[in-house]
Amino acid sequence: MVKALREEVKRLFEEKKVDLVIGWGKGSLPMTATPIFINKAEDAERLIWDETCSNNLAVYLTKDKRQLVKTDQKIGIVVKGCDGRSLVLYAVENQIQRENLVIIGVPCAGVIDKKKVLKHIEGKEVLSASFEADRMTVEGRGFKTEIAKCDVLSDSCLNCNHPNAPVFDVFIGEPRKSDSVEDVYPDVEAFEKLDSEARWKTMVEAYSKCIRCYACRNVCPSCYCTECFVDQNDPQWIGKSPEITDTLIFHLGRNLHVAGRCVECGACERACPADIDLLKLNRKISKEILERFNFTAGLDINEKPALASFCENEKQDFIMG
Amino acid sequence: MGKTFNPKITAFLCKWCSYTGADLAGTSRLQYPTAIIPIKVMCSSRVDPVFLIRAFLKGADGVLIGGCHPGDCHYESGNYHTRRRFAILQSIFDSLNLEKDRLRLSWISASEGPKFARVCNEFTDKIQKMGPNPTRKNMFI
Ligand code: SF4
Ligand code: SF4
Ligand code: FES
Repeated sequence: MVKALREEVKRLFEEKKVDLVIGWGKGSLPMTATPIFINKAEDAERLIWDETCSNNLAVYLTKDKRQLVKTDQKIGIVVKGCDGRSLVLYAVENQIQRENLVIIGVPCAGVIDKKKVLKHIEGKEVLSASFEADRMTVEGRGFKTEIAKCDVLSDSCLNCNHPNAPVFDVFIGEPRKSDSVEDVYPDVEAFEKLDSEARWKTMVEAYSKCIRCYACRNVCPSCYCTECFVDQNDPQWIGKSPEITDTLIFHLGRNLHVAGRCVECGACERACPADIDLLKLNRKISKEILERFNFTAGLDINEKPALASFCENEKQDFIMG
Repeated sequence: MGKTFNPKITAFLCKWCSYTGADLAGTSRLQYPTAIIPIKVMCSSRVDPVFLIRAFLKGADGVLIGGCHPGDCHYESGNYHTRRRFAILQSIFDSLNLEKDRLRLSWISASEGPKFARVCNEFTDKIQKMGPNPTRKNMFI
């Protein structure tokens, strides 16, 4: 698989189809992968593709890397399902020029959440990790443990129905079966079943841990505004300190800003140093949007996000007088 | 003890319809409660969810958005977008046990001065009955 990926990238360079390829390379710590930017064929050897490739690489097409897309450079990008959905979103929102992009799809069987592995082995230091089909082996000083992969998969991968990029130019290997999960939102349903006070309490408790580092926003492919409302100081929407009111304004505001645009990649949750369950509300909103407007973000390159489109005669029972 | 509750209601009114409607209510000398604090916006869709969330979490007892009737938005489709956004916002409020009835969206045209006064009176009565916004108190658990 990795071999095929490297060869494909090499070929793209040789045929001058790309000037730059964004992919994953080996990280400096075990169980990590790091985004790499390749500009010559030989460097394709550095590419990897495995369960550690969790970053959503689509962010590098906007954010600070915005300059890259403005030039006429041809960019190749390796994407799993959710990253691919982000690209669809970017195309719909005119953030990329599709013709300047070579999308290289890889079939995804889920990525791991390093925090879950560390919890599993009670925070011991991992010196090496290896993966087999459905399990992983972690080794450190004086221990060697086997863990079932399903126990350490990122939350976003547990009920994922879109393991392949919806739009791609080349695909490495066989696309995985999509739409095979029937019950996509069991976590949200469980949350909805809690009584109303418990729901508020869980969320406030979770968000009280937030240290407002904004890592969740920074890794989020859907948060690409050049200036985020939390950074503005004239007017200043929220205070600078992690006070709970401001934290809630930040989170609810962000939830609403990515409503109908969140591709549920889970990057926010994996990046959070405070281990907050950030997917819950985002997925709750996605479910709501699916039920109300029959829309899922990042699947159809010709369809506008739910909250950027409308239907004249839709239900407005909530409007009073 | 016995302190009377004077609600504060933040009202985001679109310049072309609801704000003009409020103006008409004023020039027609219709009474509406002082609880309403109007803020003029260019279109109801200018109301970023953050405005609403911030007003609410910082202590407003109610938040009202006033926009043109469907089809009448000065920018053609602004209010349709407001409508979708509002639906989602309310459902999120509901799922977090925040009282979604403290949020209200109404279509009020420039010629509907009396309607503006009626909506304000009704909404203020309702908030008066609901009491002060408890959210800030519930935030510290
Ligand atoms: S909000 Fe989180 S899950 Fe949704 S697109 Fe952004 S990073 Fe991914
Ligand atoms: S990454 Fe976690 S701690 Fe940092 S701002 Fe986001 S929720 Fe808060
Ligand atoms: S201008 Fe009134 S709702 Fe858009």
